[in-house]
Amino acid sequence: MKTVAELQAIKQKKGELFGAGMHHILVCGGTGCTSSKSMNIIKALNEKIAENKLESKVRVVMTGCFGLCAKGPIVVIYPEGTFYHSVKVEDVNDIIQQHVMAGKPVERLLHVEADTHEAVHKLGDTEFMRKQKRVALRNCGVINPENIEEYIARDGYQALAKVVNEMTPDEVIDTMLKSGLRGRGGAGFPTGRKWQFAKASVSDVKYVCCNADEGDPGAFMDRSVLEGDPHVVIEAMAIAAYAIGSNQGYVYIRAEYPIAVQRLQKAIDDARANGLLGENIFGSNFSFNLEIRLGAGAFVCGEETALMTSIEGKRGEPRPRPPFPAVKGLFGKPTILNNVETYANVPAIIRNGPEWFASMGTEKSKGTKVFALGGNIVNTGLVEVPMGTTLREIVYEIGGGIPNGKKFKSAQTGGPSGGCIPAHLIDTPIDYDNLIAIGSMMGSGGLIVMDENNCMVDIAKFFLEFTVDESCGKCTPCRIGNKRLLELLTKVTNGTATMEDIDRMEQLCYYIKENSLCGLGQTAPNPVLSTLRYFRDEYVAHVQDKVCPAHVCKNLIRYEIDKDTCIGCGLCQRKCPADAIERTDYVAPGHKLASMRINVEKCVKCGACMEACQKIKAIRKV
Amino acid sequence: MINLKINNIPVSVEAGTTILEAAKQIGIKIPTLCYMKEINEIGACRVCVVEVKGARSLVAACVYPVNEGMEVFTDTPAVRKARKTTIELILSNHNKSCLSCDRNMNCELQALSYEYGCDLNAYAGEQTPSEIDISTDYLVRDNSKCVLCRRCVATCKSIQHVAVIGTMNRGFNTSIGCAFDADLAETSCAACGQCINVCPTGALTEKSEIDNVRAALADPSKTVIVGTAPAVRAALGEEFGYPIGTNVEGKMVSSLRLLGFDKIFDVNFTADLTILEESHEFIERVQAGEHLPLITSCSPGWIRFMEYYYPELIPNISSCKSPQQMFGACVKTYYAEKMGIDPKDIYVVSVMPCVAKKFEKNRADQAAAGVQDVDAVLTTRELAKMIKANGVIFNQLPDGEFDAPLGEYTGAGVIFGATGGVMEAALRTAVEVITGEKLDSVEFEAVRGTQGIKEATYKVGDLEVSVAVASGLENARAICEQIKNGTCKYQFIEIMGCPGGCVNGGGQPIQSSFVRRNTDIRALRAKVLYEIDANSKVRKSHENTVVDTLYKEYFGKPGSHKAHEVLHTSYVKREKY
Repeated sequence: MKTVAELQAIKQKKGELFGAGMHHILVCGGTGCTSSKSMNIIKALNEKIAENKLESKVRVVMTGCFGLCAKGPIVVIYPEGTFYHSVKVEDVNDIIQQHVMAGKPVERLLHVEADTHEAVHKLGDTEFMRKQKRVALRNCGVINPENIEEYIARDGYQALAKVVNEMTPDEVIDTMLKSGLRGRGGAGFPTGRKWQFAKASVSDVKYVCCNADEGDPGAFMDRSVLEGDPHVVIEAMAIAAYAIGSNQGYVYIRAEYPIAVQRLQKAIDDARANGLLGENIFGSNFSFNLEIRLGAGAFVCGEETALMTSIEGKRGEPRPRPPFPAVKGLFGKPTILNNVETYANVPAIIRNGPEWFASMGTEKSKGTKVFALGGNIVNTGLVEVPMGTTLREIVYEIGGGIPNGKKFKSAQTGGPSGGCIPAHLIDTPIDYDNLIAIGSMMGSGGLIVMDENNCMVDIAKFFLEFTVDESCGKCTPCRIGNKRLLELLTKVTNGTATMEDIDRMEQLCYYIKENSLCGLGQTAPNPVLSTLRYFRDEYVAHVQDKVCPAHVCKNLIRYEIDKDTCIGCGLCQRKCPADAIERTDYVAPGHKLASMRINVEKCVKCGACMEACQKIKAIRKV
Repeated sequence: MINLKINNIPVSVEAGTTILEAAKQIGIKIPTLCYMKEINEIGACRVCVVEVKGARSLVAACVYPVNEGMEVFTDTPAVRKARKTTIELILSNHNKSCLSCDRNMNCELQALSYEYGCDLNAYAGEQTPSEIDISTDYLVRDNSKCVLCRRCVATCKSIQHVAVIGTMNRGFNTSIGCAFDADLAETSCAACGQCINVCPTGALTEKSEIDNVRAALADPSKTVIVGTAPAVRAALGEEFGYPIGTNVEGKMVSSLRLLGFDKIFDVNFTADLTILEESHEFIERVQAGEHLPLITSCSPGWIRFMEYYYPELIPNISSCKSPQQMFGACVKTYYAEKMGIDPKDIYVVSVMPCVAKKFEKNRADQAAAGVQDVDAVLTTRELAKMIKANGVIFNQLPDGEFDAPLGEYTGAGVIFGATGGVMEAALRTAVEVITGEKLDSVEFEAVRGTQGIKEATYKVGDLEVSVAVASGLENARAICEQIKNGTCKYQFIEIMGCPGGCVNGGGQPIQSSFVRRNTDIRALRAKVLYEIDANSKVRKSHENTVVDTLYKEYFGKPGSHKAHEVLHTSYVKREKY
């Protein structure tokens, strides 16, 4: 692409198509919906359209993620904007015949609010969407990620054109600084400052890297951006390259994200074919090339120096800093690394101005943040909210609250590096600094909701098991320290720990944080420390009373059959894998058969009996 | 210059200096385990942490560069506690069989646990599973004692450019090993043993042959003959508290006598013999204009490396056996015949600064008398261990003398132990043989010193001879590449597998990383050999009277048919995978 005029021509041409009085049926092609066979829905829709000779009136568009992943596959039909969820291939006939041809919405596929029980027609009108503000995800679920023209129609590559033609690198960096954008990958370092350092480093070669090695359990916002809007990352990286004086970029992406990899590769190829990557972009003397590097899924490779070491073809391990990557990074050259979500904000900041971005959020955390909602919450999925939104708003309004009327106990943020926020802090406005202050962190934006049935010691153990497993093994504190910490934690969940062990754990936590080589080790004890801080009574219960208050830790619970409730049906006995259930000779009053009992010697505490007895409810955990 | 304060003491250092180096300037040794300057600056073990005012957490002094105005504290309670915890954590996953460990009293981890008053069982827990690798003839890896400092990995890769070991698995299961968990014997390991010398603990040791030697000594039917390599006498004293660079030749001979060896000979003798064969070979090749450059074959680590990585150079390698193998061959042929002993009843032990020699003795085509030339190889360290175990009071021993006849050597033979020594010895002989004139000075300074590659050009009669000397396999590789790509301008090349030559061999006494970092061990040990040479009455191999007798009585002349049968060998191409 030589001129901005060419870009405008594509935008206009594509824009006309949108307004041509056609039906556009948008079907989610993200990983979640694809797993629930959304591709078959697209196929069936196209078949029906052909059958009814509607090709000139209806277009089916595969898009990226809409966010409400728990309700996939998701279909949205324009111009009405009708939102259908949990769509199956069998529903396609009704969608075409009833909605498209007869103009009547298919009521049974509409979303019903959990609290009001009212059906909602438009996605934007759902509780889930109403409080959201989409900046990074603005094109996800809107455009076909495999079509560069659709991206251009949504102002794509305008920011790059503006930067290359109208701005100096310093002006670009200044814009980023003014916007207040901070890294969305975890630490929250100001993006403009990072670019400034890299620009200041003198070198013939500099690199721009994108961290798409999303590894926090439960976080998938970066995957969604790459699957739903890959060009935004390409455009942003080109802008960053222009700002720091680089002409080579790498996207480090885990091989476990096959759809994202494929769409990003297509986007790179299309951008190159259109002259938006390559030599002399927009006729300027700025050139930029971009390549994908696949990671093998090691969590530590999300750490910046480990990521670069891995791109270099070496064992993915962190190295000491300083020197920082902005001075000496990939292949020893000045390098910037930002994550996918950070980049996804950049073109919008350039287009709308830094003031626009800085008008959102809190004093020190500007803009929006994407969270991956998971755990015990009604609306599992991806949400983007302005910084400063409270945890309560996210959990109860956007997230639809806790299922089955259970009580909110805690929210875990920041993945394995983060911590658990207790119920009494649910009104904390979420931003970088507030989360740190309460002993957690933003991390990449995983947000796991826990209710009264979760044991906080067990949760800490879960995350620590993850980091022990993912430790690269290079430095002593992380390799051995975290292992020993996990062993102490296991003693707690087994009921064999002493109060001294808790002190030792705490000391070890601070030692590991102070002494580890990289961020992985330095933050690995956070789940333990934050649960010790807010849920110490649960630890004490495990140690002193030998009780797991949430009835989760296997060693500290047993299953019991209430002999008077039991009707002696024997269903539990048939489900028991350990042959631990036997019949007694006691027949409860009013029952025909003798009741059952559990042999604790044989019981493996799998819970299958309790599940089998859900109707009678004679079995309980104690 | 950068100005900072360490423990409130002002210090000025150059930009780029680490806290560790700056602290040394004011006389503070910050402990380390993984650090090797320029070779392994990975900040992994965390033993060197210090407090820096204003820093978020403790920093690793070994990799942290100084800043203007920085305030560093190397010995606060927080620092001591952190270091102690780190050491205790390492100990929690360490096979603490220290009492009988080869590195007992010479172990960097043991020293640290002592200095920090560690509780050995502070963090008892699961142990990383490991198996002992005894697959080779020369080396034992016991990962239950490994602290994952990776000094061995860095040495193999960055000093020797061999890189057959690396980090395997991750987290608590991390271990050092060969790709695909292969045994070391299945790799293209050169057997140099440099990894052993840098190991802070007993995870890497030579494969001991002490028991075999003891069994032979106890066997009345065996005549047990020992020969010592040049470099052993320059380092053995370190095991008995002598400063690095002390010549203990006499005490070494006396202790060997007390250990019960029947004859104590010197491999220096066959070093002289090697020179006669090799310079003959050189002259022959120069006259024929064939297979030049000629490359020396004394170093079995180099030979093994060449067989794996540059087998196309086999025609260039001298066919001379190494001095060790010539020694065994002479003992079992010439000496056996002379003494009327059946070679089968002779047990030849060589004491070497080297572990590759253990591999070399088992090579094919090393059995001049129909039985293996050398039966057992002891490293300098193993000899020290035997001496200690036998209650020999080394420091009180009088200086003993080698037995005749294979104990006589010249100054040329003894300098074999330092890089450049073989070249210098060969030049002393070749020049006189070619020109027929006596040398004015026997000292060829240009080939001396510890630099990795040295080169010189000498006028020998009408001939202009360009020579090169390389030590360490990185430098060997550089020379080999020159030969391969046709840019090599030398006619004669000496290559030693270990940096600095045999004085720094993989079988030598182990010095801590702090000593290695702050002392040029190679130069100090080499100085011993050059001093012996300088003080020798005879300094040219061809003037060794016993060598002369040997040719007269047995081999005829250098390069004779008989000499070829006994003193020469062949090489094989080895597949890397």
